[in-house]
Amino acid sequence: MSAQLRRSTAFAAIILSASLVAACGSGEGPASRAAVEIGGESGTELAERQVLRRGNGAEPQSLDPHKSEGVPESNLQRDLYEGLVSSGPGGEVMPGVAESWEISEDGTVYTFQLRDNARWSNGDPVTAEDFEYSLRRSVDPATLSNYGIMLRPILNAAEVIAGELPPEELGVRAVDSRTLEITLGNYTPYFLGVLSHSAAFPVHRPTVETYGDRWARPGRLVSNGAFQLQDWVVQSHIQLVRNPYYWDTDNVRLEEVWYYPIENQSTELQRYRANELDMTSDLPYRQLRWIRENLADELVISDYLGVYYYGLNVTREPFRNNRALRQALNLAINRERLTSQVTGAGEVPAYGYVPAVAGGYVQQTPEWAAWTQAEREAEARRLFEEAGYSVDQPLRLQILYNTHENHRTIAVAISSMWNEVLGIQTELVNEEWKVYLETRRSKQTTQVFRAGWIGDYNDAFTFAELMHSASAMNDSGWDHPPYDELLARAAAERDPGRRVEYLQAAERELLQEVPLIPIYFYVTKRVVKPWVGGYQPHIQDYIYSRDLYILKH
Amino acid sequence: MLRYTLSRLLGAIPTLLILIALAFFMIRVAPGGPFDSERALPPEIEANLRAAYHLDEPLIQQFGRYLGGLLRGDFGPSFQYKDFTVTELIGTGFPVSLRLGGSAILLALLIGVTAGTIAALRQNTRTDYSVMAVSMTGISIPNFVMAPLLILLFAVTLGWLPAGGWGGGAWNHMLLPVVALALPQIAYISRLTRGSMIEVLRSNFVRTARAQGLPERTIILRYALKPALLPVVSYLGPAAAAVITGSVVIEQIFGVPGLGRYFVQGALNRDYTLVMGVVVFYGVLIILFNLLVDLLYALLDPKVKY
Repeated sequence: MSAQLRRSTAFAAIILSASLVAACGSGEGPASRAAVEIGGESGTELAERQVLRRGNGAEPQSLDPHKSEGVPESNLQRDLYEGLVSSGPGGEVMPGVAESWEISEDGTVYTFQLRDNARWSNGDPVTAEDFEYSLRRSVDPATLSNYGIMLRPILNAAEVIAGELPPEELGVRAVDSRTLEITLGNYTPYFLGVLSHSAAFPVHRPTVETYGDRWARPGRLVSNGAFQLQDWVVQSHIQLVRNPYYWDTDNVRLEEVWYYPIENQSTELQRYRANELDMTSDLPYRQLRWIRENLADELVISDYLGVYYYGLNVTREPFRNNRALRQALNLAINRERLTSQVTGAGEVPAYGYVPAVAGGYVQQTPEWAAWTQAEREAEARRLFEEAGYSVDQPLRLQILYNTHENHRTIAVAISSMWNEVLGIQTELVNEEWKVYLETRRSKQTTQVFRAGWIGDYNDAFTFAELMHSASAMNDSGWDHPPYDELLARAAAERDPGRRVEYLQAAERELLQEVPLIPIYFYVTKRVVKPWVGGYQPHIQDYIYSRDLYILKH
Repeated sequence: MLRYTLSRLLGAIPTLLILIALAFFMIRVAPGGPFDSERALPPEIEANLRAAYHLDEPLIQQFGRYLGGLLRGDFGPSFQYKDFTVTELIGTGFPVSLRLGGSAILLALLIGVTAGTIAALRQNTRTDYSVMAVSMTGISIPNFVMAPLLILLFAVTLGWLPAGGWGGGAWNHMLLPVVALALPQIAYISRLTRGSMIEVLRSNFVRTARAQGLPERTIILRYALKPALLPVVSYLGPAAAAVITGSVVIEQIFGVPGLGRYFVQGALNRDYTLVMGVVVFYGVLIILFNLLVDLLYALLDPKVKY
C-alpha cells in the first residue's frame, strides 16, 4: 500500500510534467480565433446566456462555511453566503447583510443594523438570531471547525473553542431581529475584515438542525448569498444559480455559475483554451512565457496579500544563536534576478516581511535593501566568515520544500546563488504536502524550509502573529521576547497610529534577527476571457461572481 | 462448477482480509495525517476531530471497527469531503469508472482482436508489419504522455472534442479518455491475437477444414477464432487490473469524476477511509473478475472442466 501510495504521487508528478511539456509550444487555439466583436456594437451589450464557468483548483472539502478552510471552498462560499460585511477590491469593508454599524468609543462593542430585505434562498428573512446562532456554531468545538479560530477577537471565543465555556457565553447577542451586538475581548481594528471571512458566514438553522452533518447538499442547502446551490457532482462540477430572494438580486446579472475542480494548472489552461472555462484559478509557471506571447490580453496579474519566504530553524545547528550566518544567507539571495528570471509573473522582491498592500501599514525594509547586489554579497561574505565558515570550512545545508515544480525551480535558483556567493553545498529535499507540514512542525530535522503565508484578513497582524513565540505556526522555533512584547503592546493599543508603530517596530526586530528570509510577495495570476465583464482584482483574491457578467460574443 | 465457484469465493476471503489489513495499517504508517493543514488547528479542536473519527482509539480497535463497518456495507465517513460518506462517493464514482473502463476494454477487444486477426492472416506482409508497428508504439507510449497529446491535438488545436470533464457521460466527453485508456490494451490484445491465431491456423483441424473446401471466412470465424481467443480471455483479468490502474492517471488528466481520482486525491489528503474504501472495493472487483474469466474459460475451452 505504501508503495502504491508513492507510485500514485509519482504518477501525479509525471502527469504534471508530461502535460506541461505537451501544452508548450503549440499553435493557435480556438480561443484566440473566437475573438470577434465582444459586447456587440456598443461594446457593452450583454450575452443572452449569463453563465460563468470558473476553474476552481481542488474539489471543495465542504460547502459548510464553518467546516472548510481552503481557497476553492471560500470562492464558492462567497457566492453562496453573505456575511455581515463584504470586501471591496482593496480589502476595504463594504456593507453586506448589515447595512450599517456603530462601534462603541472603546472599540469593543459593535452594533450592526441588518437590512430588512435580506432573505435566505427559501424566502425566510435573515435575522440577527441567525447570526447569533451561526457565530456560536462556528466556535463551538462540537462543530469541528478548523477556522473558527478566526473569530478569536470576539469576547470569550478562545474559551469556547477550548471547551472551557459554553457557546452561549460568546460575546454575540441578538438585541432584536434586526440588531446584532458583538462584544470583543480587546480592541481589534481589523475585526470588520474578519467578518467577510467564511468562518463568520451565517447558516440556516432549520436546515442544519434537520439534516445534521449532511445539510450542505443540493436540494437541502439554504443560503443567503447572491447564488444558491443547484447541483454538485463531486470531482466534476458545482452549479450555482441566482438566488431570487437575495436583497440585491436586481443587480446580479449572472443566472448561473459553474465551478470546475481542476487541480492541475496545465489541464485547467487547456480547458480554458478549448473554451470550456471563462476564467482559471491560477496559471502554470512554465507556460507563462507562452501565455504572455499568445494570450497577453487575457492575462490578469495583480497584487496578492501574501509572502513567500524561507524559514530557518533557529532551534538547531547551524542557525541556532548564529545571526551572522542567517543574515549572510539572506543577503546572498538576488531577489531581482529571481523574480524577473525564475518566477516571472510579476512577483515583487521581498526585503520586508509584511506585504506592502496590507491595509493601513507602511512596509518596513532593512537598510541593505537600498544597496546594490554586489554590496550585499560583499557583506554576506563578511558575515559568513564571521559566522565561522570559509572555503576550507564549507557549510552544507538542506532546503525542504513541498513537492511542486515551482518550489523546486526556486530552490534550485537559491541554492545556486548561495553556492556562487558563499560556496554553500545545498541538498534539496522535497516532501509531499502532508509529510512536509509534519516535518516542518516537528523542527527536528529541518534547516531551511520553504514557506508562504496568505493573510487571513487585511491587516499586518495576520503576518506578525505567525512569528510570535507561542504561535503554532512558528516553525522557525523563534523565541524573541522583545518581539512578543511589541505584539502584546500592539494588541492592547487603542490608538491606530501607535498600534501600527508597534507592529512596524516588531517587523524591524524580525528583519534584524532573520528567523526567516523573505523572498517575494505573491501576485494572483489567471487568464480571463475578454467577454467576462466586471472583473476587478482583489488583494485577497475575493472575486465575487455577483459583480461579473458575460458580454455578447 | 457451482462447487468450484463457491470454493473460489471462500478462498477469496483470506486474500481480502490480508489486503484490508495491509492497506489499513500501511496508510496509517505513512507520515502526515488527515488533519495536518497549514493553519495549525487548536489542540482542542484536533482532539475533538480525532475523537469524532475514532482516531484516538488503539489501532487494533479502529481496525475492528472498520471491519465491522465493512460487514454492514459501511465504508465510514470521508475525512476530506465532509458532506459525504465514502459509500456515497464510491456510489457516484464507480458508475463513471465502470463506464470508462468497460468501454475501454470493449474497444480494446473489438479493435485488438480484429487487427490481430488481420495481421495473422496477412502474416509477414506490409499490413502485418504496420499493425505490429502501431501496436508496439501503443505499448511503449505511456498513457500519461498519450493523454495530453490527444487533448492537445483534438481539443485545443482542432477543437473537435472537449479537453476534459465528463459531461454526464456524453459520448464526446468519453471518447478521448476511453481511447487513451484503451490504446495500450489494443496494442497488447492485437499482438496476443496475432500470435495465437498464427498458431491455430497451422493446426491440424484447420488444415482438415481447408482440405474439405470450406470457405476461408467460415474457417476463421467459426473454427479458428474461438481457440485463438483463449489467451486473450485469460488476459482479460490482468487487462481489467491494468485498466483500473490506468484510470487513476487518465481520470486525473481528463478530470473524469471516477474512483481513480478519489484514490489519488484521497492518498494525497490522507483521507484514510476514502483510500481504504477504494482499495477494498477494487480488491473485491478484481477477485470477482478473475473468477469470471476462469469460468468463461471453461465455456470456451472444452479441455477445461471444473
